[in-house]
Amino acid sequence: MEAKEIYARTERKFSGKVSGFQGDVVDPNFRVEAQAIVEVCCYLRDDPESNFEVLSDLTGLDLPKENNLQVVYHLYSYSKRHQIVLKVDLPRDNPHVSTMEGVWKVANWLEREVFDLFGVVFEGHSDLRRILLPEDWVGYPLRKDYVEQEEYDGISTQRAPLVEKLLR
Amino acid sequence: MQPLINSLPETVFTTKVDDLLNWGRASSQWYMLFGLACCAIELMQTGGPRADVDRFGCVPRATPRQSDLMIVAGTLTYKMAKRTKLLYDQMPDPKYVISMGSCANCGGLFQLAYSVCKGVDKIIPVDVYVPGCPPRPEALTEGLMRIQDKMMRERWLVKPARAAEAPVGA
Repeated sequence: MEAKEIYARTERKFSGKVSGFQGDVVDPNFRVEAQAIVEVCCYLRDDPESNFEVLSDLTGLDLPKENNLQVVYHLYSYSKRHQIVLKVDLPRDNPHVSTMEGVWKVANWLEREVFDLFGVVFEGHSDLRRILLPEDWVGYPLRKDYVEQEEYDGISTQRAPLVEKLLR
Repeated sequence: MQPLINSLPETVFTTKVDDLLNWGRASSQWYMLFGLACCAIELMQTGGPRADVDRFGCVPRATPRQSDLMIVAGTLTYKMAKRTKLLYDQMPDPKYVISMGSCANCGGLFQLAYSVCKGVDKIIPVDVYVPGCPPRPEALTEGLMRIQDKMMRERWLVKPARAAEAPVGA
């Protein structure tokens, strides 16, 4: 099925909750309201026409200009061989969204990664801990306004000046 | 009175105890297998038949408790840095550290990253730095020989073993 068609079907079912379809890009995508993301994904997975069995990736974006954090869902269907990307905009100061764990189990670790690096809280997640960084890390490094700490656990994070500075 | 040198049979030789001990230690540096990134591939090559560090008694051990030498081969993240310190503390004295490659020396290519430690010397004392990205097996072999030189210079009877290093960041 074409991405356009997938969007049209989803829009018919959830009018007002999906918007902003972009079809003329590498990964055709559309926006979904944060409250509706779980039901939209359930529909896309269970509908025999779309049949998205796989959440192939779940990642995040920081958009400070729009004051948004975006969670991006990459869906793929092995049986139908089509794909679609869903995007959810969340407020930057309080990013909360429902977990996708009940729809695709793989979301568990992917959501932990987004939580780790962007600080998006996935409500209802069974084990929302940092997955890559140490447990006692401060801040969310992939946010644009992230400031590196002076030291981590007694280890200085300062480095000697780079070569360019020495040359001047 | 006959000179000493002619009074002994040919199978007996004289040396200093220090030199004998150091010769033994320098000829059996057991290094801990501690590959963290791509440098580990060169570390394996160094143990392989071409560079063959086994020929001067340099064999890998899988545990810090049987190792004399830690070769930190690769990018050290902060998460790993804590473990590195723990492993170093488990090694018996006298112990030596080779920092292999740019990443272990100063953070290298990844020194601007938030998660990478800016050099293994921020955690543990380093004896020899081997530059390169990654260093060739010849370079690491040279590093091992510099450790040998360091061992040969040490004196055991006149002064006590290396004082325990003050813990970094304690």
